[in-house]
Amino acid sequence: MISRVEIQPGRYHDSVRLMQASKALQGVTGVADALVAMATELNLSLLADMGFDTDAASGAGPNDLLLAVRAETEDAITEARVALDSALTHRPASSGGLDVPPPKTAGSAGDVNGANIVLLSVPGEHAFVEAMEALETGRHVMIFSDNVPVAQEIVLKTYGAEHGLLVMGPDCGTAIVNGLGLGFANAMQPGPVGMVGASGTGIQQMCCLLDDAGAGVRHALGTGSHDLSEEVGAISTLQALAALDQDPATEVIVVISKPPAAPVAAKVRAAAAECSKPVVVTFMGENTLEEGAGEVLAHLGMDQPAYGSWPADQDDHRPGLLRGLFSGGTLRDEARFVASPQLGEIGKKEDDPGHTFVDYGDDEYTQGRAHPMIDQTVRIDRLIEAAADESVGVILMDVVLGYGANADPAPELAPEIMRATDAGVAVVVSLCGTRGDPQGRDAQARVLNEAGASVWLSNAAATREAVRLVTTRIST
Amino acid sequence: MTNLSNLLDTDPVVATAGTDMLADSIEQQGAAVSRADWQPPRAAAPALASLVADGRMPEANATAIERMLAVRPQLVDVQVARDVFAGMTDRTFLHAGPPLTWERASGPMRGAIIGAMLYEGLANDPDDAAAKAAAGEVELSPCHHHGAVGPMAGVTSPSMPVAVVADGAGDGISYSTLNEGLGKVLRYGAFAPEVIERLQWMDQVLGPVLGAVLRHRGPIDLQSLIAQALQMGDDGHNRNRAVTSLFLREIGAALVDGADAPTDQRLDVFTFIDGNDHFMLNLVMAAGKLGSDAAAGVPASSLVTVMARNGTDFGVRLSGTGDQWFTAPAPPVDGLYLGAFTEADASPDIGDSTITETVGLGGFAMAAAPAIVGFVGGTAAGAVRRTQAMYEITLAEHHAYQIPMLEFRGTPTGIDAARVVRTGVLPQINTGVAGKVPGTGMVGAGLVEAPIECFVDGINALAATVE
Repeated sequence: MISRVEIQPGRYHDSVRLMQASKALQGVTGVADALVAMATELNLSLLADMGFDTDAASGAGPNDLLLAVRAETEDAITEARVALDSALTHRPASSGGLDVPPPKTAGSAGDVNGANIVLLSVPGEHAFVEAMEALETGRHVMIFSDNVPVAQEIVLKTYGAEHGLLVMGPDCGTAIVNGLGLGFANAMQPGPVGMVGASGTGIQQMCCLLDDAGAGVRHALGTGSHDLSEEVGAISTLQALAALDQDPATEVIVVISKPPAAPVAAKVRAAAAECSKPVVVTFMGENTLEEGAGEVLAHLGMDQPAYGSWPADQDDHRPGLLRGLFSGGTLRDEARFVASPQLGEIGKKEDDPGHTFVDYGDDEYTQGRAHPMIDQTVRIDRLIEAAADESVGVILMDVVLGYGANADPAPELAPEIMRATDAGVAVVVSLCGTRGDPQGRDAQARVLNEAGASVWLSNAAATREAVRLVTTRIST
Repeated sequence: MTNLSNLLDTDPVVATAGTDMLADSIEQQGAAVSRADWQPPRAAAPALASLVADGRMPEANATAIERMLAVRPQLVDVQVARDVFAGMTDRTFLHAGPPLTWERASGPMRGAIIGAMLYEGLANDPDDAAAKAAAGEVELSPCHHHGAVGPMAGVTSPSMPVAVVADGAGDGISYSTLNEGLGKVLRYGAFAPEVIERLQWMDQVLGPVLGAVLRHRGPIDLQSLIAQALQMGDDGHNRNRAVTSLFLREIGAALVDGADAPTDQRLDVFTFIDGNDHFMLNLVMAAGKLGSDAAAGVPASSLVTVMARNGTDFGVRLSGTGDQWFTAPAPPVDGLYLGAFTEADASPDIGDSTITETVGLGGFAMAAAPAIVGFVGGTAAGAVRRTQAMYEITLAEHHAYQIPMLEFRGTPTGIDAARVVRTGVLPQINTGVAGKVPGTGMVGAGLVEAPIECFVDGINALAATVE
């Protein structure tokens, strides 16, 4: 074993760098012990403790660099000296600018860009804490997340109402604020219509119809599916209604929801009656979105058009039951409302007897996969099954376009629609989209139509067509 | 009903947490969006929710951090431990971190207790001291229970001189021992004769001379010195070279002609302080303790008032949970080592010096200390990143402690345990490393992250106070 002690006078390095250098030296093969340090009294005594000869360091002081190495060979000592020089001169590459770590909460993210809206899609059990932070920092919140306890929703909405902040959601899939679509939203021309909706696809269908009629929408404020429950008591709906009433750009207001509990419905109607602007209240189950759109257009002095359709002659389809394969819950509910006067009770579950309209956006079908507006796998599977099922005569399905939805849904569906129509099944599509949607509304319609489906922008109209088909070919 | 004017009248600016798809579709429309790198909390989600539902936490935290920032720590005197700590007997030894018994004590803690017993004349030799300590002949009590802090083992015995720091803006008082220097020193668990001799010199010369100097010249504004030092490359924990230099300037004149002591003693005091780059660490710590004590006891506040380690446990206290300690095993230090020492020689994390991180210094002020970036991957950018990350879990930016490299932004100050649990971002601590064998002394220095369990337990307990 060879020991070597050296002094390099006047070569100052801070202790941290020297500890790094010691570490580097100990990594050299053949080196047993190493000390690299300024020759302070402490370090000189450390040198002695380590069993080195201190004579070589006599007279050295705190401004002198002390190098001590114990190694098996002279080569190892030489290599250690090289390693030392490298460690003391090496400058790691700078990463460049003063990069800031990414924000970890929605509130921190909002601080970065001065956000006035926080959009949350974290798991429901964590949405409350994030949403409250957004409110406490003066921001409006849209909560896309579902499964937020209603008690937490009430805390959030009460706080929001007290502070002039809107809580859209939980379970709010769609909103448009000053022309910007949030969540699943269709591209809309800004215009005089303002919406308040407890239902995402309800808002989307209304947008689709108004857009086709040439009426624009500036704001569509989602409130979440529980807002009109008795517990929540329409806190957000009433806030949004009052705000739209005061908004100079809004001329007509439309409220969209499934039928709420009677006292809540009465409260909303009373608030609507107080407004200075016309308010159209569309509670599905009392009227259709198509009828609501007609009222809105009437207030604007516009006629209700024949909404866009791409017909197909399917009158000779095979007799059988009607299968509704929906991705939008509200579209499904509206279709049931339209169809049941003629078809009677329509099942909502796959194994219900008779005609069924199933919402594949329900939790039951979305475990571990994206919403069917994005991921069409399950519905395509059911389309194949229905075509193969001799008891089925007509398939009714929705296709929802817009931001957030599947980027190009029609080509995914077309081959199976073609197979179904070839097998004699009639396919009717309710296409919920606007002219400005990124998927290209008319191009999507043509692909579906060329595959053999009849395509309708009005969900009610699509349903009427499906009912007409199924009732004119009763099997004998 | 308030209208939602700033919702409908302004161009929407959106921040998101959750699926990227929603942020993507906003960008698709040509609007900018700020995305959170959101992660679910690893634990205590129900407790977080009940604290948020209770609603008092934001205001409680505002009150607590305001109190922490309002103190003006002044070094006023140096006295003797037995004279300042109420109830201190000849056999009372204060120590760092949460409460501890001899049985559970780490090597450096045992070494320091042995050393202090030798120094106090309570034992004849190290074995005798260990046997007596094991037999319960000394009473151990955390420094933090006495308004005091001690670096590393933090052992404070009755005869030791202690610095007295008073609040220039209130009536709080805090204490710390005086720093012995590096290497073989009591606080790192060393107890060799030279260690004991130094301690004796400190109570016979250093303490009395410094006390006289302070009484002669008047109090020293510690906050002002620390603020200057951050702009001279100190972090207040692992680097105290600048603040020690500033301190010598402060006392210079009074040391020359204000202390009634022989010239050789005054020279020894000057030389001792000049030769110890960490002399001011203990005083920076006492200044921190003054602020953290001022912030204690605000109901429903999740502000961290204490982070401290005893070499066995890492302990945390929150403002809203009073005297309760929340502990987890002290983690190992990711360190750089002196001489031939390696991590195999290292004791787990130890010391009250994490009081610096608790008040916005140390690891939280890393961006101010490019000279010690060797600890954080060797780049100044790494140091800046470390400080930047701490803004996510702190309640305020310090008004006095500023970081030049961040355009003089205040250091991230006042750890919010709720945000630690929510984000999983852990307090970053700069620290020294003690040898695990009693008597070894210092073996290195490095970085450590506070264990999340302490914060999770604290938040669960805080939630229990509001339910």
